[in-house]
Amino acid sequence: MNCIRVKGAAQHNLKHINVDIPRNRLVVITGVSGSGKSTLMKGLLRLVTPVKGSIRLESGLARDKIGYLPQQTLTQRDFPASVLEVVHSGIRGRQLFLSKKDKQRARTMMDLMEIGHLSGRSFMELSGGQRQRVLLARALCATGKLLLLDEPTAGLDPVVARELYKTIERINREQGIAVVMITHDVHTAAFFASHILHLQQTPLFYGKPDEYLATYHGQCFAGGVCNV
Amino acid sequence: MFDWLVEMLSYAFIVRALVVGLIVSLCAALLGVSLVLKRYSMIGDGLSHVGFGALAIAMALGIAPLAFTVPVVVLAALVLLRLSEHSKIKGDAAIGMIATAALAIGVTVLSVVRGINADISSYLFGSILVMSREDLTLSLWLGSAVLVLFVLFYRRIFTVTFDEAFARATGLRAGLYNTLIAVLTAVTIVLGMRLMGAMLISSLVIFPALTAMRVHRSFLRVTLCAALVSLISFLIGMSLSYLLSTPAGASVVLVNVAMFLLFSLANALKNRIR
Repeated sequence: MNCIRVKGAAQHNLKHINVDIPRNRLVVITGVSGSGKSTLMKGLLRLVTPVKGSIRLESGLARDKIGYLPQQTLTQRDFPASVLEVVHSGIRGRQLFLSKKDKQRARTMMDLMEIGHLSGRSFMELSGGQRQRVLLARALCATGKLLLLDEPTAGLDPVVARELYKTIERINREQGIAVVMITHDVHTAAFFASHILHLQQTPLFYGKPDEYLATYHGQCFAGGVCNV
Repeated sequence: MFDWLVEMLSYAFIVRALVVGLIVSLCAALLGVSLVLKRYSMIGDGLSHVGFGALAIAMALGIAPLAFTVPVVVLAALVLLRLSEHSKIKGDAAIGMIATAALAIGVTVLSVVRGINADISSYLFGSILVMSREDLTLSLWLGSAVLVLFVLFYRRIFTVTFDEAFARATGLRAGLYNTLIAVLTAVTIVLGMRLMGAMLISSLVIFPALTAMRVHRSFLRVTLCAALVSLISFLIGMSLSYLLSTPAGASVVLVNVAMFLLFSLANALKNRIR
């Protein structure tokens, strides 16, 4: 069963893309700046419409069923909000007050992200890694099937980043939620990914991490020496 | 001891000014939290200047002030919102341009057209004499509209204010909520403008939110606290203005300043005790 099928999504700087992402996959998207990584993700979210071609999501996977972690913004660092308020904002719906079931769901997602003990804290007092976990819990509240993460470890130190990857990998494995993640940190991410997609307007590589690391681009991006 | 209060409330025009002012204070504070957090507080300032220009033109042409000013300022709100959303740096300068241009138009129109027997300073710095029954009715409608919309959409306003990218990605029409907030702000500013003064009205949008943020760290608490601080500051400001014969608008702003300092002090003490 396919979670996403991207076919020839030509959005200005993207072309000839033909990628299937099944549910159990953890796909890492990498590539130089301006290679279309974010555009592809925005296309999946329907924030931009393909000029040509199509992006198909599995039937039943409506836009509001995708969990999204945007790139961090500076504004959020001094935004007065409690951890619970942030996590609860991932739950869609018109209701003013959340039902017991919704609150329980939020609680479960926070436990999955190992931030249950932070529920009473204020978002702005947290460390960078804790903040990303809160935002991931919010994204999980919005989805049961697909997580899209835009540079989740940007600005985190290597140890914290590694822990975050581990948690993301565990959620992918245990909850059966497909993960598509943009990162420049391929060297570490390759350990946790099931597949790697290297974009340069068009896919240069889409396959397993160990095969990727053997390619020229893989060597380049994962810290080897190369001449670009 | 409270003889002055009874005396103050025996004037119909003061009671009208109090009711309109309280409603405007409440609406401005609620909208202000979102505007300040989204870095849109300059919009409030820009709108009040445009409001002044529009008011001057309405007076010169002899049209009903609110009927003319409300649509003009709402339109300006939509334009300023677009400017702020796109091209961040230039948007800031553009708001300044529009604001000062409108101010210049207002001052020129008021001084060129004869037969307007109101002085400019009452428009710029407010007057408590001007509130009519029409204003009262309109503010009651506006107040209810802002309150109902705010409560009804509270969760979505939080989601959009906190993270617009996430809100859009999950299918929330963030643009719609931004527009709603801008339009409600425009109407609030027009209503409060003649009471508080075109130069001072935007303080009602900015101060309560910042004051509440000195102490509180959750969105709900900041919102409730801002609303309460705004209402209390307005009441104290009006009372002081009555007792000391100081200008109403300026007195309310000064009480807001005092509140901000008080809350900052409280925050500093709290941190020290910790």
